[in-house]
Amino acid sequence: MTREAASKELPSKGAAGGSDEQSDLFRGVSQSAAPAKAGTVKGITTKSIPAFVAGEELADLADTDARIVAMTADLASANRLADFGTRHPARFFDLGIAEKNMITVAAGLAATGLMPFAGTFASFAALLGFEQIRTDCAYPGMPVRILAHHAGMSMGFYGTSHHALEDLAAMRAVAGLTVACAADANQLRAMLRASLGVPGAIYLRLGRGRDPEVYPVVPADLQFGQAVELRAGTDATIITTGSQVHPSLAAATALAADGYQVRVVDMHTIKPLDVGSILAAASETGGIVTVEEHNVIGGLGSAVAEVLADHRLAVPLRRHGVNDEYVLVGPPAALYAHYRLDPAGIAAVVKEQLLTAS
Amino acid sequence: MERTTTSDPRTLADRALFVRLETLRLTRIAGAGHYSGTFSAAELFAALYYHQLRIDPARPGWPDRDRFVLSKGHAAIGLYPVLADLGYFDPALLDSYTRLGSPFGDHPDMRKVPGIDFSSGSLGHGLSIGVGMALGGRVQGRDFRVYVMVGDGELAEGQIWEAAMAASHFRLGSLVCIVDRNQLCIDGRTEDVMAVEPIGDRFAAFGWQVRRIDGHDLGAIVAAFDGLAPADSGVPQLIIADTVKGKGVRRMELDVNWHVGNLGPEDYEAVRAELMAGAAR
Repeated sequence: MTREAASKELPSKGAAGGSDEQSDLFRGVSQSAAPAKAGTVKGITTKSIPAFVAGEELADLADTDARIVAMTADLASANRLADFGTRHPARFFDLGIAEKNMITVAAGLAATGLMPFAGTFASFAALLGFEQIRTDCAYPGMPVRILAHHAGMSMGFYGTSHHALEDLAAMRAVAGLTVACAADANQLRAMLRASLGVPGAIYLRLGRGRDPEVYPVVPADLQFGQAVELRAGTDATIITTGSQVHPSLAAATALAADGYQVRVVDMHTIKPLDVGSILAAASETGGIVTVEEHNVIGGLGSAVAEVLADHRLAVPLRRHGVNDEYVLVGPPAALYAHYRLDPAGIAAVVKEQLLTAS
Repeated sequence: MERTTTSDPRTLADRALFVRLETLRLTRIAGAGHYSGTFSAAELFAALYYHQLRIDPARPGWPDRDRFVLSKGHAAIGLYPVLADLGYFDPALLDSYTRLGSPFGDHPDMRKVPGIDFSSGSLGHGLSIGVGMALGGRVQGRDFRVYVMVGDGELAEGQIWEAAMAASHFRLGSLVCIVDRNQLCIDGRTEDVMAVEPIGDRFAAFGWQVRRIDGHDLGAIVAAFDGLAPADSGVPQLIIADTVKGKGVRRMELDVNWHVGNLGPEDYEAVRAELMAGAAR
């Protein structure tokens, strides 16, 4: 039994059970440890799993777009870019455990007219590969697409080395870089399709590949830089992104039962930011709560605060996220509950804000 | 489109002198510059651009052109004049070198300077760019070669070895790496600061075909280029060019104090005369 499998069998207190407990990385699963279910991969339904659909979606797009190549750094199974490699083997490159090299090689490929999609954990892409993204991709305007999966604390008990709670802050400061977060598989498909028309580099922040469905169909009208209002309301606005869209919607539903009508905005693109939707929330609703799986320093909350400050809007604002700390070890669902990034926690934060803001 | 190239050492030596004289002139505009790491590469620039590269200055974006990546981007001051001389842009533009808003900075910007195949400046990146370009050529069925010039001190960057490993793994015979082995980095001799030798053995162990030449001997440089294994050989090619940092100016040769410098007016004329006299010998 692997160490990971062993840790999996430890009882977890207060954590949600089920597939959340399962490691993303080991494949040596014994039958007794993970009984397979029909129509599933590793016991997980594949329908709404963003990191699992990137390889398939890109392979489809590559059938008609000769520019597309895909790359990874020894994570072809974890991010399912192997699905691309199976269909387009001559256009798929596994660079081994060498993320910096992968990103710069992507820039070199792009310089010859290709459009590389390079996938690895967000921690290694954005933090280890920061300079390569900035200097080799964004600065010369190379159409490299970084698929930064397992962002935030979604790697759970793998710990801080594998968490990315600073990546939005780092990426947002890079001139010429588009920064976006996919909330689910359908939105990811829409982003991959929309990316084909973007001339410069893109940082796409993805979850663990198990994010529940937010968009029932692939949104045909997705445009980078154009936020989506998913729920109407005037008492307050939750502005959120990526992995936190689904729990924020659930929180808004719970708050509605208490009589609060809370607007929910999916700010899927962090850069360029949809300033208009922020100004609308500021003028039309009772205050703003930003919700992100990221340090409260430098990410979505900071971006919203900058807009409010630039427009001299003294609007009640609460930046909700990780409060400038390294998070605990634990299964992801337990961590989300602990840091109040689950529906109950988000609802509580919004309620605190509603009660104190007026 | 074929352009006129030459193997004549005298003609190439004249272009190497041109690189050094222009480096002097442009550094005077900037008020400081990388003389010595450019002087070490003057003959390499001359042989690459007037003998070896398959390029067409009228079409800087020609998809089938050979690529040249100056990983040691601080030697761009010697490359810009060559590109101007070949007709990529008006040589008069060089007078703006490093002035506010100029296309020409100390490190090259592919978006601003026609003929620059990739922006550089952060050492250790260029060989990875070359790997990507060579793979890009393969994906698109193009037969261009990719030449990357790295410095010797730059070999301490770990990403160089990630790229070296990938080059042989992907059997990139179209990739040529030239090491300007000018012996010095900023803090001293490479072998004192961070030893890079045995460069040849190390690259050979990574699966490269290695040859070592006198990087100021134009006949040897041309022969090394002419002797490269075919691009479809599957073996990446390394040329270690043994050079002298500051070559051609006695006070600068192998003197770490001249990595970045500036000559006063009197010294400027003296150095210019020294270069001219050296070339006439």
